[in-house]
Amino acid sequence: MTLFLQIALDGILNGMLYAIVALGLTLIWGVMDVINFAHGEFLMIAMYVSYWLGFLMNIDPLVSWVASSVFVFLLAFVTYKLMVSHLVGKPALSALLATFGLSMFLKNLCLNRFSPNFKLLPVTVLSGKTIPVGSLILSLPQLVIAVFSLAVIFIVYRFIASTRMGWAIQATAMDKEAAELMGIDTEKIYGLVFGLGGACVGIAGGLLPTYMPVHPEVGSLFGLIAFICVAMGGFGSITGSLFASLLVGLVEAFAGFYIAPIFKYVAVFALYLVIVMLKPKGLFGW
Amino acid sequence: MALLEVRGLTMKFGSLLANHDISFDVEEGSITGLIGPNGAGKTTLFNCISGAYKPTAGKVLFAGSDITGWPPYRVARLGAVRTFQVVRPLNDMSVFDNVLVGAFLRERDLTSALDVAECSLRFCHLEDYRDKLAGNLTIGLKKRLELARALATQPKLLMLDEVMAGLSGAELKEAMELLKEIKAQGVTLLVVEHVMEALMPIADKVVVLDGGVKIAEGPPREIVESERVIAAYLGEKFSRRLKELKT
Amino acid sequence: MRHRQSGFGLGCTIFGILAILPLIPGPLQGPFAKHVLVMVLLFASMSQAWNLLGGYCGQVSFGHSVFFGIGAYGAGMAVVKYGLTPWPGALLGAIIASIVSLVISYPCFRLKGHYFAIATFAIVEIFNRLFMVWYWVGGALGLDYPIIEEGWRNFMWYETKTPYYYGAFALFVLVFSTARWIERHRIGYYMRAVRDGQEAAESLGVNSPQVKLTAMAISAFLAALCGAFFVQYNLRVDPPMVMSLDMSMRFVLITILGGLGTLWGPLLGAAVLIPLQEYTRAIWGGLGGGVDLIIFGLLIIVIVIRQPRGLMGFVSWVVGHRARARGRG
Repeated sequence: MTLFLQIALDGILNGMLYAIVALGLTLIWGVMDVINFAHGEFLMIAMYVSYWLGFLMNIDPLVSWVASSVFVFLLAFVTYKLMVSHLVGKPALSALLATFGLSMFLKNLCLNRFSPNFKLLPVTVLSGKTIPVGSLILSLPQLVIAVFSLAVIFIVYRFIASTRMGWAIQATAMDKEAAELMGIDTEKIYGLVFGLGGACVGIAGGLLPTYMPVHPEVGSLFGLIAFICVAMGGFGSITGSLFASLLVGLVEAFAGFYIAPIFKYVAVFALYLVIVMLKPKGLFGW
Repeated sequence: MALLEVRGLTMKFGSLLANHDISFDVEEGSITGLIGPNGAGKTTLFNCISGAYKPTAGKVLFAGSDITGWPPYRVARLGAVRTFQVVRPLNDMSVFDNVLVGAFLRERDLTSALDVAECSLRFCHLEDYRDKLAGNLTIGLKKRLELARALATQPKLLMLDEVMAGLSGAELKEAMELLKEIKAQGVTLLVVEHVMEALMPIADKVVVLDGGVKIAEGPPREIVESERVIAAYLGEKFSRRLKELKT
Repeated sequence: MRHRQSGFGLGCTIFGILAILPLIPGPLQGPFAKHVLVMVLLFASMSQAWNLLGGYCGQVSFGHSVFFGIGAYGAGMAVVKYGLTPWPGALLGAIIASIVSLVISYPCFRLKGHYFAIATFAIVEIFNRLFMVWYWVGGALGLDYPIIEEGWRNFMWYETKTPYYYGAFALFVLVFSTARWIERHRIGYYMRAVRDGQEAAESLGVNSPQVKLTAMAISAFLAALCGAFFVQYNLRVDPPMVMSLDMSMRFVLITILGGLGTLWGPLLGAAVLIPLQEYTRAIWGGLGGGVDLIIFGLLIIVIVIRQPRGLMGFVSWVVGHRARARGRG
């Protein structure tokens, strides 16, 4: 029983990590109908920022996530201005391929500059710390990310639901032209949403080096899993992707333990296929 | 036996009753008009016949077969081909290739399909635009392309959904001539039209829908006299005044 | 009628030039140049196989490396496990790839847009991992070819690359002739009709699910043949080599670069991208790795933004421009 609960706990914590990574993608997908293939690479960049700040200047990830987040916000904003703004409204394939090109560029740039080696910050405030809860063990770094994830999702949700800017974003998502007629600067909204999507994944990437080594390929799988979570949750639904992320985390944990570690992602991808076969627009899609 | 028989056709979307218990026949070789004000359920009925929707109840018989709920391509293969009210050109293909797709329904090899497509293109006076991309045509030409494409399938029954809406006076005349020529070739026509004037001179029979039910059926001359039709089109008030005037 | 036959001469010319290319003395004679030429023809063929489904029929799949891989494993298993020639393995692999493609795509074609794209990503990842642990096909270690007699019977050569070139050329002729035949045949028109408007196509009697499945099966069959060539050329195969998202993406990118849904686009795309990639890797390989892919990535971005119709779009613009200039002059 303890083992079962421990696995479930690990699954949920991992699910919360996926949730914050998927959040940015959900925003971008929901508002602009664009799949950002470089999303995983944004995560990787954020991890490198946090890693180098820790390695060179001894700044703890608990602080440097702010810098990571700002850095990726800017990176995403520039990406929007230089690339994506030319491709919104074009066939869906264009933006996907262009961002795939970007992901290739970023991944190999890091490979070239930082080598393919795994890099981990050996000493951070959180490293290796655990909290015993009854007979269960709670990993502190993962818990911190889960808490951040919940907080960020809550803030973004409130921001979209109940601020003027949030309403403008919703209006743009529903009907771009109508929003423009109402005087909303949709170009600005798109740039902001793309940047915001980057900032969310930047926070996650900033905190990750406390327990996860960074290397150029680290973003690829995260990116793929984030697509799965977003699509499984349903077009642009924040609650949907949160729910799907938790489901993915749990399925991955249980399949990894009870079947075989190599099958954990097979189970996740198969789950996606089964769900979209039954509900072609995702769990919360309409 | 009529070419197309619609029997007690009913179509519901949730609680919305779009068509209720509609029955009528389309005789072989005739032009049958289907008219009614906006929202009368004409396009829904059309979609039920052509297979885009599966009717909630009722039957559609075409050339003796029960085609109720068949997918559109099977209905088309049997010889009942439709056009769309909101035109659907194959945008990235040339005008000629659009027509050619239609021609391939009856002609399996390229050479004979090319001949059929050519014929149908000329018939609809589109030969000057043959190499243009269909997406770049004006709306009037797109409507003609829909017609040419459907004709190229060599249908028994041609179902036209508002091909004449939005045409200018001269274009309208041309279109009416075209329909008469199609009829002369032995093709049966079922024509949905919002504009009564365009249909009345050429139709053999008119079916009138209002609010999802059939309110009248008969030769055009009788239909224009019918009180219920006038009421449906012009409102109760006007119809009462018209009656007063007559008496 | 005239414009329907045009292109035949062009096709013969291209085939002719490619046939005599290895005989021309000069820079194309070296083993590295030969290797690049083989890769160009292989990837042009593979991208054309993808183009049949993605370009002509409009169903953008990122899962084609699965069929490529099945073909590769078909030939590999025949040689390594059963001591046969690769030919029956390649054929069987192609047939299995077609069947697998039909089983997978029958439900997937119901999905729209991004949901379909992500489903194809998922399928690649699933196949990749299943082959990694599938002991019978060599698992993560893959299959390594034994040293056997070289020649056309075993389709392998150790010293020379010229026969490989002609093997790739034969594959290229097969795939491109198939594509051209389809392009001017009923099924080709139906495929484009489904791409441009499923509802309109169905109203004209086109059975769109059947058309899509047919395109899928042909595409997967040809992709598997390309995979079989790939394994014979490398004399080994493992899952990441063939069944990966990156491999799938290469087919897509070459086609997009060359011109989606055009007959010669995949050749043009491969003729530009493959040498670029091979030479940058050779020249800048010492700079710490990844330089070729950095350039590749940038190139993709620029092309997608600047020239969405690909190089064929550029070519037809130039040709049209010259024709207009002639018309004026």
